[in-house]
Amino acid sequence: MNRLIKHPQDFYSGLMYTAVGIAALLVARDYNFGSPVRMGPGFFPTLLAGLLAAVGVASLLRSFVRDGEPIAAFAWKEIALVIGSVVLFGGLVRLAGLAIALVVLIMGSAWASPKFRFRTALLLALLTTVISVLVFVKGLGLPFPILGSWFTK
Amino acid sequence: MDILANLALGFSTALSFSNLLYCFVGVVLGTLIGVLPGLGPVATIAMLLPITFSFEPVTALIMLAGIFYGAQYGGSTTAILVNLPGEASSVITALDGYAMARKGQAGKALATAAIGSFIAGTIATFLIALFAPPLAAMALKFGPAEYFSLLVMGLIVSIVLAHGSLLHAIGMILFGLLLGIIGTDVNSGAERFTFGAPWLADGIGFVVLAMGMYGIGEIVSNLEKKEAREVMLKHVSGLRLSWAEFKSILPAILRGTGIGSFLGILPGGGAVLSSFASYAVEKKLSKNPIPFGEGAIEGVAGPESANNAGAQTSFIPMLTLGIPSNPTMAIMIGAMMIHSIQPGPAVLVEQPALFWGLIVSMWIGNFFLIVLNLPLIGLWVKLISAPYHLMYPVILVFCAIGVLSINNSEWDVFMMAAFGLVGYLFGKLGCEPAPMLLGFILGPMMEEYMRRALLVSKGDFSVFVTRPISATMLALSAVALIVVLSPTISKKREVAFKE
Repeated sequence: MNRLIKHPQDFYSGLMYTAVGIAALLVARDYNFGSPVRMGPGFFPTLLAGLLAAVGVASLLRSFVRDGEPIAAFAWKEIALVIGSVVLFGGLVRLAGLAIALVVLIMGSAWASPKFRFRTALLLALLTTVISVLVFVKGLGLPFPILGSWFTK
Repeated sequence: MDILANLALGFSTALSFSNLLYCFVGVVLGTLIGVLPGLGPVATIAMLLPITFSFEPVTALIMLAGIFYGAQYGGSTTAILVNLPGEASSVITALDGYAMARKGQAGKALATAAIGSFIAGTIATFLIALFAPPLAAMALKFGPAEYFSLLVMGLIVSIVLAHGSLLHAIGMILFGLLLGIIGTDVNSGAERFTFGAPWLADGIGFVVLAMGMYGIGEIVSNLEKKEAREVMLKHVSGLRLSWAEFKSILPAILRGTGIGSFLGILPGGGAVLSSFASYAVEKKLSKNPIPFGEGAIEGVAGPESANNAGAQTSFIPMLTLGIPSNPTMAIMIGAMMIHSIQPGPAVLVEQPALFWGLIVSMWIGNFFLIVLNLPLIGLWVKLISAPYHLMYPVILVFCAIGVLSINNSEWDVFMMAAFGLVGYLFGKLGCEPAPMLLGFILGPMMEEYMRRALLVSKGDFSVFVTRPISATMLALSAVALIVVLSPTISKKREVAFKE
């Protein structure tokens, strides 16, 4: 255990605030700052980014002084599966179409559960897909292709 | 009597067939999704928001409000029956509610929650009708400097009342304010923080952010807690309270209503803080032989009334000032903006039918809740027992299709996924997403009011402290901040939140 950083949560969130603050400051330099009378597009963001960076530094400093609990372990597999299948859905919905994108989304995310069974998940995926297509595309008339551009060309 | 005329207008709007129908649909849908463990009102509303896009604004808001208290009530049901509060405000209910359920008194606990909520909702509705018009009239006199200070006060008070680290709350607010600025600047037309990406030119969608942080982020956190759930019962009976029992909980209900109504108005307060405060009060005052935490009925009656009253009165600052006091209200503001209504004091004057219709529909919605929930409890129990591993993929489907349907843009889906990841990371770092969401909604407003105030004052920053109302609000925020930062109080605050 690192003895210098006594409060890992404060340390890493401080690091995050500082990094975001400084990055935003750098980006906002390109925007016209203006003057208090006529605030340019860069005025408010610069103010906020400066404050955020300051909060970040304060949090960093505090992490060396105040004790805190370690950060809990990350559930990498679960995150990757859930987030990944949402991203895949976004990518596939036009190319492969809603039907396939939904099956991928459900199968992929269901895999994250320790209780995952291939057959039940597949059944759930097919059922949900059929209902979603009926309700959202046929019923509510949302403009999603049921089969995407891969198949229609 | 003005109030009576206003309420009459409200009833004539709210009792139209479609409004009544969608209020009912909202309450049912809200409860349906709210009983699913791990989905709070914010995620529920965000998920269902796209459905209301095609509605009339009044109808859309009535339905969303219905979803809101449906979800709130559904959360309590889950808390009582499975000890898994769907949202922070029913954490307290779980303490004694679940203990009652273990003793076979689940029906009594559910009935208490329903009756308490209904009484609280009725009183709070009248409070809104009473206090909203004068508040809006006052707010109409506000200039940009007052508005800016009001927003500052709102944010500071929400920091003070947030649990967890103050520094993090400030950081999250600033982070949210910055996120809110992304997109095209309305004044100069300059694109800010878009990095030339066309899908960022209109800014980040509120639903995208809320659904990512609350919907997806929560699913991942739930997946990692692999605890087994134990549904307390297969069927619930004894849903009636005797007159003696009713009389014994009535004082707790009324006290809870009072506490909730007051705290609900404060920014950052709302339902969560109300239920905590009410529980603490009931615990002090209780003469019940059954200790709190082991199934004391007041421990359910008080907090349940308080969180419902708080949920209702949090509409007051939202409707009259256009300021959200909690993430749920932030969603409501987002919904109003989507229907091109600028929330604020002008709504009351320009759209009285919308304003009063919404308020009256809250009472009707509460009535639906009590009629609906007690007979349908069997259905909710079945839903709660549905296995989570089959439930969350379907929730994801709703989130994905919902977000996609807003702009028909897959970038929104990608951003939602990204915010899901960010929300999960924030959870690990002990950063609450609620202040960020408030900042996100308030960011553009704050910038605009600051710009206008400084334009009028010719760049003189003292405008914020020389105008009396503005100065008072800033002074109050400063006092609040100092009080919380002082060591003795901050210790007490920690103890209070732990309890």
